[in-house]
Amino acid sequence: MGKWTRRAFITTGVAAGGVAIFGVAVRRGDRADKVRDLVANPNDAVFDIWLKISPDNTVTAIVPHAEMGQGVHTSLAMMLADELDADWEKVDVLEAPGNKEYANYALARGFVAGNVDFPAWLIDTVDGFMFRATQAMSLQITGGSTSVKTTGQLAMRVTGAAARAALLQTAADEWQVPVGELVARNSMISHAASQRSATYASFAPAAAQAGLADKPQLKSSDEFNIMGTSPQRGDIPAKVDGSAMFGIDTDLPGMKYAAVKAAPVFGGSVASFEEASVQDMPGVRKVIDLDDAVAVVADGYWQAKQALDQLQVDFDDAGNAAWEQGDIFRQFEKDLDDSAAAGDAETDVEFGDAGRALAAAAQTLEAEYRVPFLAHATMEPMNCTAWVHDGQCELWLGTQNPLGFAKDAAEAIDMDADDVVVHNQYLGGGFGRRAFSDVAVQAARLAAQVHYPVKLVWSREEDMRHDHYRQASISRFRGALDADGKALGWHNHYVNKHDPEEAPHIPYAIDNQRIVYTESKTHVPWGFWRSVDHSLHAFFTESFIDEMAAAAGRDTYEYRRELLVNEPRFLAVLDLAAEKAGWGEALPDNVGRGIAIHRSFGSIVAQVVDVEMLDGDVSVQRVVCAVDAGYAIHPDGMVAQMESGIAYGMTAALYGEISIRRGAVAQSNFHDYEMLRIDKSPEIETHIINSGEALGGAGEPGTPPIAPALTNAIFDATGIRIRELPVRLHDLRKPDHRETDVA
Amino acid sequence: MISLKINGTEHAVEVDPATPLLWVIRDHVGLTGTKFGCGIAQCGACTVHLNGSPIRSCVTPSQVAIGQEITTIEGLGSNAKGLHPLQQAWIDEQVPQCGYCQSGQIMSAAALLETVPSPSDQDIDRAMAGNVCRCGTYPRIRRGIKRAALAINALDKEPAVDG
Repeated sequence: MGKWTRRAFITTGVAAGGVAIFGVAVRRGDRADKVRDLVANPNDAVFDIWLKISPDNTVTAIVPHAEMGQGVHTSLAMMLADELDADWEKVDVLEAPGNKEYANYALARGFVAGNVDFPAWLIDTVDGFMFRATQAMSLQITGGSTSVKTTGQLAMRVTGAAARAALLQTAADEWQVPVGELVARNSMISHAASQRSATYASFAPAAAQAGLADKPQLKSSDEFNIMGTSPQRGDIPAKVDGSAMFGIDTDLPGMKYAAVKAAPVFGGSVASFEEASVQDMPGVRKVIDLDDAVAVVADGYWQAKQALDQLQVDFDDAGNAAWEQGDIFRQFEKDLDDSAAAGDAETDVEFGDAGRALAAAAQTLEAEYRVPFLAHATMEPMNCTAWVHDGQCELWLGTQNPLGFAKDAAEAIDMDADDVVVHNQYLGGGFGRRAFSDVAVQAARLAAQVHYPVKLVWSREEDMRHDHYRQASISRFRGALDADGKALGWHNHYVNKHDPEEAPHIPYAIDNQRIVYTESKTHVPWGFWRSVDHSLHAFFTESFIDEMAAAAGRDTYEYRRELLVNEPRFLAVLDLAAEKAGWGEALPDNVGRGIAIHRSFGSIVAQVVDVEMLDGDVSVQRVVCAVDAGYAIHPDGMVAQMESGIAYGMTAALYGEISIRRGAVAQSNFHDYEMLRIDKSPEIETHIINSGEALGGAGEPGTPPIAPALTNAIFDATGIRIRELPVRLHDLRKPDHRETDVA
Repeated sequence: MISLKINGTEHAVEVDPATPLLWVIRDHVGLTGTKFGCGIAQCGACTVHLNGSPIRSCVTPSQVAIGQEITTIEGLGSNAKGLHPLQQAWIDEQVPQCGYCQSGQIMSAAALLETVPSPSDQDIDRAMAGNVCRCGTYPRIRRGIKRAALAINALDKEPAVDG
């Protein structure tokens, strides 16, 4: 950890009851009045604490991230406990509350409300790694597969190691022995020569007072005792007996319930409604106009929902009601054509001369791919309980961004953001959806109009039709091959870029590359969707390289291997997946095998898919997955995230399609937005490479390769190249069968 | 006013008898382990037992359940009072991720094991295909059911202690 500077230091203290706290602090900015105003609060300074040691020798890791099934609470606590040499049986986890008493709210608010970039005045104070850590930690955002690689590496491990060193030094001073003769293990310090031993807790208050080293020595991976093992996740027992509390399970004294219906056409608003038609229905308390939505508040949720369904509402459509899905794709095509003709596309990657390579090629090929909008469809529909009382607003929900939600809710009800408190609950699925505060804003606005707590629950239909959607897109390719089939040129032009920036990049050694994009805005709200832009570009790029291999008449795995000559990490991952899958062995006639590889969020994942075709039906038999995320802190958690990412991506590849009809989302529930179910779920085996490279993410990287691996397998089985998702749109029966049916 | 017997206890609730059982269980009785997912019997998150059979409580009017035995996840077993073998198997196999669908998954699985003590993969597919898991825990759900089946069958084969 050579990146720590003297400006980022570690701080400690002793709280009431002998509880020692250890943490990483960012020094308050003290050079400008502007800085002082923003950073100073009544409790002074920017201050984040990550570790408590209690008198009973319990070690508590305080983590600033939400648990949404990715096991982050367990993994982060492992990182801290390992460096501390703590007794894992006596380690607790506490999720940091999302309020100013924990993170520095002024700083967070300034960051969220203002610039996308960290304020320049802080960069001198908070540089390098600390800057990125603070972005993720002080703002308490959970997303981007970042928790382990930022909070874990930069706060948990450093604090654990520094606290361990301080405890040892304190013991050495008290016992008057050289610190090198002491052994720290299982939350105990012992000195063999004098046969003394004592708990961490007995030294913790003095150690915390003494202060911590700012550059503690971290363990190398061969010294890990807890990292690299798979202890049971702490959140699981409560998730098997119904006791885990999700946002939707919030129950407060005097609480009422709300159901909401937003303007179906995006951008629309409420024109009028007949309140009188429902105000006498049982339990109904109030009908509230939210401008772009109408809500009914009642004594019970079912009563609210019944009344809402009965309520006649006319919505304005903001002129967007003419949009059909086909129009959106036609707009994309036209914008691509126009931009290509004008030569004004934005550049992602440009080297060599792709145009000349294409002109000189022995063989060229072209392909156009398209993908639809996608909804998140978290199992727990959007919901939020809000209570405005005594000059404050309290919110209960599961969120990936508690401080951002507090800020948005505060603005909506004209309250000081410091007076909004978010009580984060377990998330019934996040996948990026719970980074958007729309439901929290609605709930706060409802609560501001009544004197009791209100639990707002969206119906599944509302959730499906008012998501923030993964973008639909079109991506066009031209490839140049020489007489031997070697790839010489790669030209890619697509619509609508979000992030990460590198999503369309390829790892292949192709000397002439041009990757460009054109914006083609729609009225459909966009959102982060598990792996974000990687979810579409892996399908595009890993399909087209497969087409190039086929055009070259080459084995698609061998073709990729040769192009990965400069990428040993990719090659190792690809080889492992192929080897474990038995690539090259003979398969039955109706079985196809496909492969794909993609890097996202710092992790490289390859997948090999076997599909069996039964009269046009695709049955995914097996997925073999290889992953290099640098090092798997919790290997079983890594495996679980690969399984989960595969299921999520496979659901989208096979079935997922949100389409626009008359300006609104046509789909409404799981009958027309189908989910992968257990009877279609393949056997999955995951193999982990601990390369020792920088840590990558786990929650998202499993998703991108599955769609192309699957459609490449379908091509292998049928000769049909799927260039538009989802797969279910395509008739995959053999041609003679199709003719029979038509006749 | 209707009276419903949930997990062995009678609950008198002031509610329209047409109200789906789900909302009575959650909002009136306060047992929140049973979840709302879709409202149209498409996802299984709301699965409870009515006289031992799995039903979708989001589309079952409460009046249907009057005088019947209703069992929710809280009645199946708990960390405090002892887990059902399926719940233990769910921990052993580390099945849940977000966990939201798992009450429904476990209730469907429990009903399956009551009728098919050693289910095949096809039996599991048939019994569990109505329960959606967005985190994709299906491979572990399958392993969890098989592990619980072994545990239950092993218990059944033990001679009674005080026969």
